[in-house]
Amino acid sequence: MLNASFIGRVYPARGTYLVGREKVREFARAVRADSPVSLDVAAARAAGYQDLVAPVTFPIALAMKAAEVVIMDPELGLDYSAVVHGEQGFSFARPLVAGDELEIVVTIENIRSAAGNDMITVRADAATLDGERVVTATMLLVARGTAA
Amino acid sequence: MSVSRSEVTVGMELPSKTFSITRADLVTYAGASGDFNVIHWNERVAVSVGLPNVIAHGMFTMGLAINVVTDWAGGPEFVTDYSCRFTRPVVVPDDEVGASIEVSASVLEVTEEGTAIVSLSAVCEGQTVLGKARAVVRLA
Repeated sequence: MLNASFIGRVYPARGTYLVGREKVREFARAVRADSPVSLDVAAARAAGYQDLVAPVTFPIALAMKAAEVVIMDPELGLDYSAVVHGEQGFSFARPLVAGDELEIVVTIENIRSAAGNDMITVRADAATLDGERVVTATMLLVARGTAA
Repeated sequence: MSVSRSEVTVGMELPSKTFSITRADLVTYAGASGDFNVIHWNERVAVSVGLPNVIAHGMFTMGLAINVVTDWAGGPEFVTDYSCRFTRPVVVPDDEVGASIEVSASVLEVTEEGTAIVSLSAVCEGQTVLGKARAVVRLA
C-alpha cells in the first residue's frame, strides 16, 4: 500500500525539456497526425506559429520523463513492474511549439487503493522559463495487485 | 482553418476513421514517444505477465484517435483539452495485418465560451478500448 502522506508532494523541475522540431515530426508521423502545422515549418509559420505545432498527445513524452521522479522515488515505493496506465489527460494553455524550452514540475495529486490495486495520480505542469504555463498532463497510474 | 460555431450542432457526427496498426507501428511509436516498455514489442514478456500477446501503448491509441478531432477542427492547435481512460488493451498480432481500431466522435456540447466538447469512441475487435474519451475544441 502506498503512503498517502505523499499526496500533495511537489517535485521541482530537474533541468529543462527542449521541444525539438524533428521530434515533433517524428511523433506526428508515428501517430499519423498529418496536419501541415505539425510537419511543414512554412505551414506552421503561415498559421502564426514560430515553428511546428506538436500533436495533441506529444506532451506525454515530456510528462512521462518528468514523472520518473515519482515512479522511481524509493521512499514512495511504487512497484513499477506492476504499473499500467489507467487514465491520461492533457490541458493546454496554448499550443506546444518546437523550440519551446520547458520546466516541468511534478505533483502527486492523489493516492488511493481499490480492488487490491494502488492508484496514483501524477500531474506534470510544463511552463516556459519565463513562467508561461503551456500544458498540464495528468496521468493515473495503476499498480496491479500491490495494495494488499 | 478552425470550425465556426455556426457550423456545429450538438449530436453531430465527425467523419470517422479506421487505423490499422502492426508491430512495426508499435516500434515506431516507442521510438517517437520514448516509451520502450517491453510489453509493447516482446511477445515472450507480454505473455509472461498474463497478456494474450503484445499490446499497443494506450497512448498510441489515444494519439491515433485524436486525429478524428484534429482533422475536423482544422489542426492540433484547436484542441485545448483531451482525456481518456484506457479500458482494454489493443492486442497486436505478429502479422502483416495487425490490429484495427475504429474511431468515431460526436459533439456532446457547445459551450458559451465558444468551444465544442467532443466525445470519442475507439473500438477494436468489437470492444471499446478507450473510456470516457473527451476533447475540447476551440471554435471560431
